[in-house]
Amino acid sequence: MKYLSEYRDAQLVRAVMDEISRTIHQPWVIMEICGGQTHSIMKYGLEQLLPADVELVHGPGCPVCVTSLEMIDKALAIASLPNVIFTSYGDMLRVPGSSGDLFSVRATGGDVRVVYSSLDAIKIAQENPDKQVVFFAIGFETTAPANAMSVIQAHNLGLENFSLLVSHVRVPPAMHAILGSPSSRVQGFLAAGHVCSVMGFWEYPSIAEKYNVPITITGFEPLDIAQGILLTIRQLENGSHAVENAYARVVTFDGNRPAQKTIRQVFEDCAQAWRGIGMIPLSGWRLKDEFSNYDATNRFQVQSIKPSESQLCIAGQILQGLKKPVNCPAYATQCTPEHPLGATMVSSEGACAAYYRYGRSQ
Amino acid sequence: MTDPLPTIEGLVCPVPLPHNERIVLGHGSGGRMSFDLITKIFTSSFDNPILKQGDDGGVLSISTGDQAASQRVAISTDSHVVTPLFFPGGDIGKLAVCGTVNDVAMMGGNPLYLTTGFILEEGLDLEILRKVIESMRSSAVEAKVQVIAGDTKVVQKGKADGLYINTTGLGLIPDGVNISGHNARPGDVVILSGTIGDHGIAVLAARGELDFEAQLESDVAPLNNLVRAMLDVSKAIHVLRDPTRGGLATSLNEIALQSGVGINIYENAIPVKPAVAAACEMLGFDPLYVANEGKLIAIVANEVAEQILSTLKVHPLGQEAAIIGKITEHAGDHVTLKTTFGTTRMVDMLSGEMLPRIC
Repeated sequence: MKYLSEYRDAQLVRAVMDEISRTIHQPWVIMEICGGQTHSIMKYGLEQLLPADVELVHGPGCPVCVTSLEMIDKALAIASLPNVIFTSYGDMLRVPGSSGDLFSVRATGGDVRVVYSSLDAIKIAQENPDKQVVFFAIGFETTAPANAMSVIQAHNLGLENFSLLVSHVRVPPAMHAILGSPSSRVQGFLAAGHVCSVMGFWEYPSIAEKYNVPITITGFEPLDIAQGILLTIRQLENGSHAVENAYARVVTFDGNRPAQKTIRQVFEDCAQAWRGIGMIPLSGWRLKDEFSNYDATNRFQVQSIKPSESQLCIAGQILQGLKKPVNCPAYATQCTPEHPLGATMVSSEGACAAYYRYGRSQ
Repeated sequence: MTDPLPTIEGLVCPVPLPHNERIVLGHGSGGRMSFDLITKIFTSSFDNPILKQGDDGGVLSISTGDQAASQRVAISTDSHVVTPLFFPGGDIGKLAVCGTVNDVAMMGGNPLYLTTGFILEEGLDLEILRKVIESMRSSAVEAKVQVIAGDTKVVQKGKADGLYINTTGLGLIPDGVNISGHNARPGDVVILSGTIGDHGIAVLAARGELDFEAQLESDVAPLNNLVRAMLDVSKAIHVLRDPTRGGLATSLNEIALQSGVGINIYENAIPVKPAVAAACEMLGFDPLYVANEGKLIAIVANEVAEQILSTLKVHPLGQEAAIIGKITEHAGDHVTLKTTFGTTRMVDMLSGEMLPRIC
């Protein structure tokens, strides 16, 4: 477990936490954008090691949480059709739509299959020429290259029974939306290391500049997160707002250029609805016109689907860092992982699920 | 990029899921959904004091005519469905024998007899069945139990996954032994007999759905001989549980609920093989929730803990045994974990199926 145990070294983490305590002189609010980071913070109890003046708020960086209800409902409708094999990453099967989830569709006879890569869905399509195979292409910049590659592969193979239900989201526009909101409390950002490993961080200096907010590219291990917080606090205390890379073992300024090229070959920017937040301009990717025959929404009659949301949970405010899960009256009462009211509770990387699993009442 | 202004909508949320009206896979995960299903559907319908104990099986007293000579009998039943039927370290037949032998042993029973029921799918290769039966025979010999009755049904092709096996076990509980999930007391010590997650990861790797290979074997094994050795040392064993589906975390939560106590475990004391830890890292799983088929949790009086631990360590199935925690005063029936950083977090039951993370 080389390169892992070092980043979970309790002494090193404590040393960084002590340095944070020495550095901080006033309260600061920092958002970790990524659900994977939220998960680590709760799993290792890192908040307990931080000085009280550091408030961590949890961002919208969970692809499962922010996939729009409309898109989930479209997935449920397509997956319920005969002669369709609906393929998806496992996490999406539990996410509630307006009237159930993909597990429910499976229980009522729909052919819903968990795959670990969009390329696995290609194989299923090849093996089932008499069925329409649909892949639920959700996720941030991390899943987009493989999903784009699946379209290229389907195109090269001449597959006519494969399509994507695309609901990709992009981090930088979401950061704009959060920081541009009049109610934003976020003073510093821990940027999502995995996203930056693909995209680099060339999009971030303009964000830091525009909103006077320091941004630290941060990994997912306890030491990564502690260092990310320390670097952010140092900047906040100094009044600076630069972009710093605390995940240099994985992330470069340019990122993975071939992966970016693959994405650009297949997808183009579009406005995207984020569950709980709403429409954010240019925050998504859709298939380019030349690949529109691989768009499941063109292949199946799902245009008229209108989702219906209840008003109970506060997932939207949680995803924007305005409130914490424990501030929700439904948290751990009407809303639990077994009976989630919102996607932040259902996804394993959702903030509410992380709180429920690791802290419950903290 | 043009300047995207935030357009924050009103707060939105979907309606609760109708899972409670239809069975989904999560109901068989061994976690909270299974627990809820059992308590809400089965226990409430088959209401009786023995079932209500919520242990791995039922304990009843059978009188031999002289009340003073009544004998306590432990009975447990289990159905086994696994894909693939054969995996490194075991197969469905070995699992079917060991699983039920272990459930009887976890009540302090000395397993003696098994019955078995087969559901076979039309088209099943007889050679596969022969191999499974041979495996059951050899496991029964190892566990010193006899298969005394059985049943066979055949269903149409496509209606079963090759074959399913049900086994029911019966064993006698020695005098002076009182083991139940209700018996954990503050001050007791939690012992684990070895590394966790071996079975779950070995089976997952054997399915070939994921692009990873683990040099790992399932830990499936009969634990009754180990339990007997422990009871020979001391009768102050309060709880025994084999952490199968739902893993260590779910089993500890069940015990905490049954006994109305808190349980505090220590992260750095829980043995996990490096291959299991690595696979879990890759998949986004927590080893605490991964299934085991040859491990036990023992909750014992503090004064005998070291003695029990030493006994486990000299047994082939307990060499990596460790003290992993303690029973605390009632703490909302919660299981908590002291992390390697000295922080404390909750360890909940498994919610539904364990699903690999997206990224």
